[in-house]
Parts: sequence; structure tokens; C-alpha cells
Amino acid sequence: MWLGNYDSSQVLHRLIRVLTLGDYNTRVVMFGTVMLGLAGGVVGVFLLLRKRSLLADAVGHAALPGVAATFIILMQLGGNPRSLPLLMLGALVSGLLGMGCVLFITRTTRLTQDAALGIILSVFFGFGIVLLGIIQRMRGAPAAGLNSFIYGRTASMLLSDAVLIGTAALVIIGLTLLLFKEFRLFTFDSPFAAGDGWPVTFLDALLMALAVGVTIIGLQAVGIILIIAILVIPPAAARFWTNKLGLLVFLSAMFGALGSYLGTSISAILPRMPAGAAIVVSQGAFFLVSLLFGSERGLIQELIARNRQKRKILRQNLLRALYEFEEQYGTGNIGANQEGQWDYLNDARQWQRGSLYRGLKSLKKQGRVLFTPRGYWKLTPSGRSEAARVTRNHRLWEVYLLEFAAIAPAHVDQGADQIEHVLGDEMVAELEKLLPRFGTPLPESFHPLGSLEEKP
Amino acid sequence: MENQSQKNQSSQEKSLPALHIRDLTVAYQRKPVLWDVDLDVPAGVVAGIVGPNGAGKSTLIKAILNLVNHTTGKVEIFGKPYRLQRQLVGYVPQRESVDWDYPINAVELVAMGLYRQIGWFRPVGSKHRELALKALEEVGMADYAHRQISRLSGGQQQRIFLARALVQNAQVYFMDEPFAGVDAATEKAIMAILQRLREQGKTVFVVHHDLETVREYFDYLIMLNMRVVAAGAVQSVFTPENLRRTYGGRLTLLDRAVDAMGRRL
Repeated sequence: MWLGNYDSSQVLHRLIRVLTLGDYNTRVVMFGTVMLGLAGGVVGVFLLLRKRSLLADAVGHAALPGVAATFIILMQLGGNPRSLPLLMLGALVSGLLGMGCVLFITRTTRLTQDAALGIILSVFFGFGIVLLGIIQRMRGAPAAGLNSFIYGRTASMLLSDAVLIGTAALVIIGLTLLLFKEFRLFTFDSPFAAGDGWPVTFLDALLMALAVGVTIIGLQAVGIILIIAILVIPPAAARFWTNKLGLLVFLSAMFGALGSYLGTSISAILPRMPAGAAIVVSQGAFFLVSLLFGSERGLIQELIARNRQKRKILRQNLLRALYEFEEQYGTGNIGANQEGQWDYLNDARQWQRGSLYRGLKSLKKQGRVLFTPRGYWKLTPSGRSEAARVTRNHRLWEVYLLEFAAIAPAHVDQGADQIEHVLGDEMVAELEKLLPRFGTPLPESFHPLGSLEEKP
Repeated sequence: MENQSQKNQSSQEKSLPALHIRDLTVAYQRKPVLWDVDLDVPAGVVAGIVGPNGAGKSTLIKAILNLVNHTTGKVEIFGKPYRLQRQLVGYVPQRESVDWDYPINAVELVAMGLYRQIGWFRPVGSKHRELALKALEEVGMADYAHRQISRLSGGQQQRIFLARALVQNAQVYFMDEPFAGVDAATEKAIMAILQRLREQGKTVFVVHHDLETVREYFDYLIMLNMRVVAAGAVQSVFTPENLRRTYGGRLTLLDRAVDAMGRRL
């Protein structure tokens, strides 16, 4: 079975131990990855707003040759080739070297940044793989641990490693929060910031350095290939919930930390499940949920809003059609039977039967129309005043299009249809000012309305 | 005592030109976009900067503010290099230069103009928020203080950009196309602000496109086409002859020289 050799009661027991941090090992690893998730979430927000996420990705990939080279040097010198702080130092040096190369190529040649990123990212990573190949051919090299830098492995995390990661994460979070105002300023409007005397280049470099910091301390746990995710996914997910920068940073940090917690738990329960991948997939789940259900432009929210707008447009169009019907045939029973009115309404817009009926029903529920015992639809007083308003907006807009936008009369009715439903009071007031001769009474429609007569 | 020294400073400033430029040349990728600009603009004027597309109007402002490297030349604000006089300068960048989807509301954006005064690390306080609200009121945007900037119209966005510059409380302002694509209400608001800044004795530079309104808005004019064609009081420099030299007839020889320099790369 996919859970390995456990039976289900053992799995449950283990699950509880992991989630409640019963194991010493789990506690250590959890501390390291959660701190990492927090730091990635906090710095990632500004990286995303500065639109520099891919640069951080390049730094991550460019770190591999540094790790491998440090390993080789330590072996030759007879040191401990798995010392995490020294391997991180090597990663930092080659990561920064890679970033420097990207900036150098972008500034001095005609290549654009995306090309420069692609080149540096792949060449450095390829070179790192070559070095790993060499290490595997070296005698007595304990190379197994090095692969974890590519895919991420938390099992080998020592307490000292977790403390190092946690301390670095705290420093990174602290600096970012301390510079909250400055980062907000230069990520929003760097020309203004520079004109205002802020050292924009320095702030930019500092933000990149903090992002590089997250990348380096996360290399062992999450791995080079996936490290970019912990900087990008949490802020992108949080963006679906808020428009406030402070809340965005908080939510992003929470998503980062929760993703780490879940991912680390999964990898602790399931044998041979790489922690990095599990963390990234957990964060991805948060992203998916946010994308769908987010309160700020989440897909479902958008869908509901669009539907509501569509129904409003249907109702307004129906009100206008009824208003124009009554304009021509009066409100009394002038012999228009249900059939005749129904055909009139249908002709007016070519509604589908279903939507015509739905629209009338919803207007009835709002008390705008009523169905008379004689078998036709009639506007109520409240319906008539709303219909008059809608019709007036429509005609004002038609006249405006004719007079100011020089649109052929045949197209005007359609053109007005799109806009009239979104005209705010402010715009209607401006229309009235532009078209004073259409003052208070309703302008007459200047294109023929529908009619009850049989069409040839 | 402090008042005394301020008075001295301001009387000294009056005698000095607000902006003094000598031999300014700017090149993008070694392709010159501004040649040998010399300018002396007195304090207290509202100066328009006009010229065809690609004339280097925005570049001139950016070079003055040190946002692009200039190849040669010196720029002085009230007699001292720009970097010593930054606190006297306010800036309104082009509206399109920022991402209006950024998570921030109007009053927070305006408060950015106070960051220099607030200083490093310190958060924006309630006193600063009040100043920002007052500036929003001045541009007729008080009702929109807590609105997301993405939900403002183009003209409203332009007005909060102006409000941000107003709270900077500068002596010299540089505005990059504030009138571009704005509605009537915004145009009126901007005109009122220019008028008030002029009354307060401030100096304002405005990159502008609409020649019809030049006489109405400005009392000083800089006509630019990769070099300064004319600069001075509007009545004396806004002439058909200067307009022809600014807009009409491309400077073929200059163009070819620029092209040749670009190709040599």
C-alpha cells in the first residue's frame, strides 16, 4: 500500500504524534521549516510587488555549483563536507555571482532580462550538476546528502541547522518589517522615491539580499528547484484576500507557515516523501483555494458579481421595453392581449423565452411589475419611475453618442445598451449638462420602437 | 532667530534662479536625447515645457532629478547642486509609470509625500495622516481617501499624485504631463493648484502637450526639441517662428548624427 508498511492504526498514531509535535526530530524540523515559511511569506510580498520573483529563482538555481564546490573543497581540506553553514556560504557566493551575471548581461548587452535569466539559471545549474557528477566519482565521498539540495530533504536537519535557519529567518523578517514603509515606497513608485532622496538602488539591493537570504536558508529543506515557490505562492495566494499591504504581509506569512507545517507533517508521516515538494504542494493547495474563493477577485466572487450584473441588465432592459410599450399603447387595457404583448417584448430584444420569463418574475418579486387578471404585464408605480429613469439614461446616452461620437443612428441603440447600465449618477449629471435641451422630461426615442402590428 | 534665518534664506532664494542648468547633455545607450541644455529659470514662475514627441521633455526632468545619468553638465536649484537641495524639490511622475493595482488606498499614497519628513524606520503617524487628508481635500478628493487606487478614475489618480506632491511642501515642483488624459474636473483642480502655488511664490515646471492652453496656464515657457529652442516669458517666446523651429521641419542633420552615433555601437 502507498503508506508503506504501516497498518492504519499505526498511521493514525503516527499522525497524531507528528501533528502534536510529539517527536523531538519533528519538533526540530518543524521549527526550521515554519520559520522558513514565515520569512518567505513576508519577503515574498515585496518581491512580488517589485516584480522580481524570477530573479530570486535564478539565484536559487545559481546556488548549486557553490554548494558542490564547497563540498569538494571541504573534502580536499579534510573538513566535514556536510557542514550546513559552510555549504550555505558557498551557495550564497555562487547565487550572488549568478545574480550579478544577470544584471551585467542585462545592462551591457541588448539581451533582455528574461533571456539573461534563462541563460544564467540553466548554465549555473548545469555546472552544478557536472560538479555533482565529479563528486560521485570521487573516492569515499559521502555524496548522498548533496542530492537533498536539489529536491529538498528535512530528515537530515540537525538542531543546530534549525537554529541557524530560525535565527536567519528572524533577522530577515525583522528587517523587512522595520523597512515596511521604505519598501512600500520604492516598490510602488521608485522614480518618486529616488526624486525624494531615498537610496533606491540600495533598497532594491537590500530587498534582493533578503530574498536571496530566504533562498539560501531554504535550500536544504526545500531544494534548489522548488525554493522559488515559498517566495511566490504565499503572497500570490494572499493577494486574493486583501487590498491592504499590512494584512497582505500577515496573511502571506500565515500561508507560508501553514504550508510548511502541513508539508513537513506529510513528509514525516509518509516514508520517503521529500519535504520540499510536500511543502510546495501544501502551499499550492492554499493558492488554489484562494484563487477560487478569495474575497478580492477570487474566481467565484467574480462569477457571482458578473451574474448579478447580467441579471440587473436583463431587468433594466425589460423595464425599458415595458415602459416603451406603455408609451405607445397606454397603461389601460387597450385590447392588447397577452399574446400581443409577449410578442412585442420578444421582438424588442429577441430574448430567449426562459430569460424573458425569469426577468419578469424577478421584477414581479421586486414589486416593479404585476400580471393583471386580464392577462398582460403592467408596470407598478415604483416600476414606472425606475423604468423612466432607465429609459431616460438610455436615450440620453443615445443622443450623446449621436452628437459627440458621430455614430450611425442604426448602431446607436446597441451602443447605448452596453453602457447605460453602468452610468453612475455623476456621469448622468454630466450628460444632462452636455445635452441641456433634454432637460427633465424624457426625450422621445428617435428610432422606431417595436410595435404590435404584424410584420410583413 | 529661526524666523530670521528663514527670512534671510528666502530673500536670498529670490535673487537666485530657481533652476540653473549649464551644458546638460543626456544620452540613452550613448544615443543623445538632449544636447547642451542651458537654462536659467527665475523663482516664482509656472513654466511649461513643450515640444514634439521624443523631444526629451520627460528626460529633462529626470536628468534634473538625477533619475537618469547625464553625460555632462551641471544642475543647480537655488544656486546649489541638486543633491544638496533635494528637500526643496517635489515631483509628480507620469501617471502611467506606476502599477495602479498596487495594494494601497488614496490617503496612504498621499502620505508617501511625507516619508522624507517622517524619516527612516518610523511609521506614518496620525499627524501625518491628517496632513495627507488635508491635501486630498485640496484636490477635491476627500471623499475618496479610503478608496483603493485601482478603483479610481484616471483623473482621480492624477489628483492624488498631485496631493502627494503638495504634502512634500517643496519650493520647486516638477510635474510630468499632469494634464494628460484627464477629465474636466481634474483639469480645473490642477489649474487651481498651479494658481495657488504661483501665489505662494513656488516655482513649477509642467511638461505639457496642449499648445492651445499654453497662454492660459503658464507664464514661462521652455520650448524643447532635443535642445532648448527658446525659453522665456510666454509672451515673448510663444511665437509662430519658435513654434515652427520646435515642431516643424525635423532637424535632419542632427537626426543623422544621432543615428550614426547609435549605429557605432
